[in-house]
Amino acid sequence: MSVVSDAVTWLTDGAHWTGETGIPNRVLEHLGYTSLTLVMAAAVAVPLGLYIGHTGRFRGLAIGVTGALRALPTLGVLTLLTLLLGIGLEAPILALTVLAVPPLLAGVYAGVESVDPQTVDAARAQGMTEWQVLTRVEVPLGLPLVVGGFRAATLQVVATATVAAYVSLGGLGRYIFDGQAVRDYPQMVGGSVVVVVLALLLDGVFAVAQAAAGRRARPTRPATDPSSSTDPTPTSQSTTTP
Amino acid sequence: MEWAWRNRDQVLELFWQHTWLSVVPLVVGFLLAVPIGWYASRHPRLRGTLLGVGSVLYTIPSLALFVTLPGIIGTGFLDPLNVVVALSIYAVAIMVRTAADAFESVSPAVLDSATATGYSSRQRGFGVELPLAGPVLLAGIRVVSVSTVSLVSVGALIGVASLGSLFTNGYRRDFLTEIVVGLVGIVVLALVLDALLVLAGRVLMPWDRHSERAKGPFWRRFAGGRVAESGTMALGGDA
Repeated sequence: MSVVSDAVTWLTDGAHWTGETGIPNRVLEHLGYTSLTLVMAAAVAVPLGLYIGHTGRFRGLAIGVTGALRALPTLGVLTLLTLLLGIGLEAPILALTVLAVPPLLAGVYAGVESVDPQTVDAARAQGMTEWQVLTRVEVPLGLPLVVGGFRAATLQVVATATVAAYVSLGGLGRYIFDGQAVRDYPQMVGGSVVVVVLALLLDGVFAVAQAAAGRRARPTRPATDPSSSTDPTPTSQSTTTP
Repeated sequence: MEWAWRNRDQVLELFWQHTWLSVVPLVVGFLLAVPIGWYASRHPRLRGTLLGVGSVLYTIPSLALFVTLPGIIGTGFLDPLNVVVALSIYAVAIMVRTAADAFESVSPAVLDSATATGYSSRQRGFGVELPLAGPVLLAGIRVVSVSTVSLVSVGALIGVASLGSLFTNGYRRDFLTEIVVGLVGIVVLALVLDALLVLAGRVLMPWDRHSERAKGPFWRRFAGGRVAESGTMALGGDA
């Protein structure tokens, strides 16, 4: 129990909330690495995913490559790249990007693919160009899965950025490794608690975004919008109730 | 490779350590997730809550969980039990969802016929529902198996020996070969465990041999619509 109370003491100590090694700055660093990684991963995965989802080409290849990437242990990739590229921002961000691409790519192409082919054909029959079909029909309708891909990738990066502090990155992982170096367990546990809270908060934000995307993509579904007028259940209800 | 051969005793010892650190959470996770998933599939009201708790648990970054667990369950900081318990939690969190899906995929008509033929509810559970849910359960445990084998290596950061120790050692000594040996060892272990799971599936469920699920290499199970639909469960938090 003393571990818990020590961690609480560490967390509530005002000295740990200011300066370069303070919690707010470490959180900002952590979020900075996460956003930088996501931007880089999105630059690779979004165009590829849209292309694969829209055309259906190279789908098998994408599944194989992303699946194989997933089996690679995070820590191994990190240490290997750091030895190859040297200490600095490049190696950890590259390793994090490698880890963020598979879930992102899967989310984007699965999202585009999930759109009913009849809807896509109807859009084409109305005279939309392929680009219009993609941007006005497939992307808006597939958005929930695309956001889901971003959600998975973000969580993976937030978690792995903690591990990346091992190869001299800043961020919240610093508390775990700096604490370990001087056997300061309250600092390790306190830092871990902050990481957990950050991950849960980000997941919550994405859950809300995903639900919003779902409502936009399927506004007539009763489960997501009870006030919908095309919902068939009210009619059956009105026949039984006077 | 020469290095690996010269240090084969040490590498092998880490390999076995890694194996049991992976297998124990898989077994524990499976044994806990199946009844919970079955219960969730029977009680739609509780389903959302149970699966929600699962996905929240899975959101917790592994390194943070390894470090905080001793404070919660009272183990020592270097105890391998921390890694085993943390990975069991993840395994349950993922597999409860697959187990619930698996039991829901069993046709109610089949269950009614079993009851009509005179099966007791116990016989029906073990003789009809469990075998019919088997293929989906197998797909679930295969996903968990690969991620667990990968996550065990993170334990090396807090001093729990596994093939991940080759990463931390190699990094400290600026020795690439050692890291590569660790990577190869982990991928080999993941492939071997997956092959064993497939084999177990063929032996226990001979009728499933020709279905789509039993075919293809393990990574086919990771990408694509099915996984993306289940959101963070199968994709998220590799560390």
